[in-house]
Amino acid sequence: MTDDTFEPTIIGFTCNWCSYRASDLAGTARMKYAPNVRLIRLMCSGRLDPTFVLRALSGGADGVMITGCHPGECHYIEQNYKALRRFLLLRRVLTGLGIEPERVKLVWASAAEGAKFAAEATAFVEEIRKLGPLNWGKADSGQQTVDHEEPSTVHRPSSEVEVPA
Amino acid sequence: MKPKFAMYWAASCGGCEIAVLNTHEKILDVDANFDVVFWPVAMDAKYKDVEAMEDGSILLTLFNGSIRNDENEHIAKLLRRKSKLLVAFGSCACEGCIPGLANLSPVGDIVHTAFNTITTDNPHGIYPRTSYDVPEGELHIPTLAKALRPLEQVVDVDYYMPGCPPESHQIAAVIDLVVKVVKGEAELPPKGATIGVGDSTVCDECPRARNVKMIKEFTRIQDIAPVDPTLCILEQGVPCNGPATRSGCNARCPQAGAQCIGCYGPAEGVMDYGARLITAFSSVIDATTPEEIDHILDGIPDPTGQVYRFNLAGSLMKANKSAWEKA
Repeated sequence: MTDDTFEPTIIGFTCNWCSYRASDLAGTARMKYAPNVRLIRLMCSGRLDPTFVLRALSGGADGVMITGCHPGECHYIEQNYKALRRFLLLRRVLTGLGIEPERVKLVWASAAEGAKFAAEATAFVEEIRKLGPLNWGKADSGQQTVDHEEPSTVHRPSSEVEVPA
Repeated sequence: MKPKFAMYWAASCGGCEIAVLNTHEKILDVDANFDVVFWPVAMDAKYKDVEAMEDGSILLTLFNGSIRNDENEHIAKLLRRKSKLLVAFGSCACEGCIPGLANLSPVGDIVHTAFNTITTDNPHGIYPRTSYDVPEGELHIPTLAKALRPLEQVVDVDYYMPGCPPESHQIAAVIDLVVKVVKGEAELPPKGATIGVGDSTVCDECPRARNVKMIKEFTRIQDIAPVDPTLCILEQGVPCNGPATRSGCNARCPQAGAQCIGCYGPAEGVMDYGARLITAFSSVIDATTPEEIDHILDGIPDPTGQVYRFNLAGSLMKANKSAWEKA
């Protein structure tokens, strides 16, 4: 995990009404933040199906950032609470799969909080950099058979789905 | 000449074979319409007999069990070559099933546990070797793979028939269909179809009432007294896997007063079974602060096992990180 060239690949899910505008604001205000986060705009954090997160992590992402409106400020009344519940249960499931729960982060950011969005994104990228690459695509190593007597160094086939850096 | 039929068990428990026998007199239709050429649990046959067959000469192979070792993999590839129609039969072949939960641990740990627990009498610490020299030559036993795989991760699969085991009336219906196809009276479903199932979720077949009630606590069914016989089990606070699970069993467990455990696998259109269940469970939690939500979630002691009980090996993540990282 001491690879200096490691650049985390982060997928960020943003809410159309707040955090997407926060990132827009960060852009128009020319705030500098880490370029590792690839944003995907949803209509609401409540639209976030945990499948999206698992698809991202199994497809090569090192971390996933979920963003939405502050509690009580959801454009659709209370869907961000749903996102919160899913996030908390998803983290428990990921822990059971041997994935550091810190790889998935939930951030509340209003449309006015461009600076907060930029700071959270940068901080998250640094956290993931410390955790190192996830490389989940390489989990397709079932075709490898191992001798139970002499566990040798195992070559892992390259991933089927590569997320371009 | 009758078309040829084969059935094989890889990493499985044998329950699928029993489900086939539970079709009662329908099993005679199999014998009347097919020439059974290979079925290790029911008749004597050798792998070399199968190897000697012409490619594509078996019309229908029901493959149950998942791919745990190199023997399973060899036979899966062999039967794929010899069969026109290869059916992933039962939950193990479709999605890994209970044996797939082994993917939560590195294979070394699994072997260690099997030969070294306090209840195992193994004073000399003897472990199996995959090859051994005897005067007659070298003997081999199958080698375990790092992770267990459903059939489709190893070979091309024509049809899927989920269930642990598939319900006998569903098997009988499929046998009827194939017999009709053989006689030219019916057409096969499109390749890749899931057969012998419903097209919705267990909840749709479940007669219990749903009131969109939220809950303050998750619990176990044996800890509720009395269980309301008419109310949705999830709304009584018991994690029930019905919302993500494919219909086809007539909601057998909920009708009998127990939660659905999800043996029929993901419903139509569900990409990741566990993710769908995370959404379903989250939707009944009556809390808005992280502390309170976490407190309620403590009522599900093994969330990963709960949402991937039958589906881990077939899920997007497939295995615990340690299973593919360590030998």
